[in-house]
Amino acid sequence: MTTTPQPTTHVRPNYMLIWLYLFIMTIAEVLLAFELPVSQNIKLVLLLILAIWKAMLVALFFMHLKFERWRLRLIFIVPIPLALILISAGILEKIW
Amino acid sequence: MATTATIDAMRPPVPAEPGSGVYSKKLGMWVFLASDVMFFTALIGSYIVLRFGMTDTWAKPGAVLNVPLTGINTFLLICSSVAMVKAYAAIADGKKYFLRKLPGQRLQDGGLKFWLLITIICGAAFVGVQVVEYIKLVGHGFTPSGYREGSLLAEHALADPIRYGAGVGGMYGSTFFTMTGFHGFHVTCGVISMLYLYFTKVLPEKYSAQDYAGIEVIGLYWHFVDLVWIILFTIVYLV
Repeated sequence: MTTTPQPTTHVRPNYMLIWLYLFIMTIAEVLLAFELPVSQNIKLVLLLILAIWKAMLVALFFMHLKFERWRLRLIFIVPIPLALILISAGILEKIW
Repeated sequence: MATTATIDAMRPPVPAEPGSGVYSKKLGMWVFLASDVMFFTALIGSYIVLRFGMTDTWAKPGAVLNVPLTGINTFLLICSSVAMVKAYAAIADGKKYFLRKLPGQRLQDGGLKFWLLITIICGAAFVGVQVVEYIKLVGHGFTPSGYREGSLLAEHALADPIRYGAGVGGMYGSTFFTMTGFHGFHVTCGVISMLYLYFTKVLPEKYSAQDYAGIEVIGLYWHFVDLVWIILFTIVYLV
């Protein structure tokens, strides 16, 4: 049995603005990695924050997760804690 | 942020499966992407454990890999991702055409045919640049098993073992080629799929504002490939 979803309204994001953000953040990453005189640990944290921020922009606005129903978002969100557990378990095993 | 009102751009009016509220092709793609998250996590997790579990340090960023070239490649993939979402928005608005002059606009308006072609070109260019990068790296002596004996990079590694991570060259080579290779394979599959859609569905104008499920599903895959590269670029090339 199939059902036809009821139309809902939402605003379409400005995709070119998202593209500009991604472009600027990519330049910022390269500059941060090679030009800025900051410690390796701070650099690592900042680079990871920028990468996660960019990935979230793509997922939320290009993949439209921001506008999806929660039950569909969960399909994408659930593997992320599992992924973190997998990486943590690997690191912990290495330490022990 | 400037926005344009639209009607339910994420849910094409095609029958949805009960429970999930989305049509089965889209649900299938999301489930596949969830499994792909775990696949890439296994690769990235192994890389992190291998890299930070070693007593010898990895090669410094930019010592072996060509970061400016890959930066341009990253830009290409971001451009292809935005072109894909523009293709999706175009067909959601019923714009099947290539380019069309609209009243009151100075530039021509791009339709599905235009934006999907841009996506394919940028994606193919990404693969092309990656192939060139591989050829150059192997030519200089950086292989999946490390620095080839007698090569230029092996000489550099002997002269400056810290900068080139001479002690872990094999591990560095194998993780680099595995991660970027599998990603490149994903991009290649995406380009081939889009080419197929372009010639069998887009050019014959089989998609409409009422049915564009194929564009939405391939779009989800393509953005995911972009998302994975954003993470890989940072941890492989910049850290």
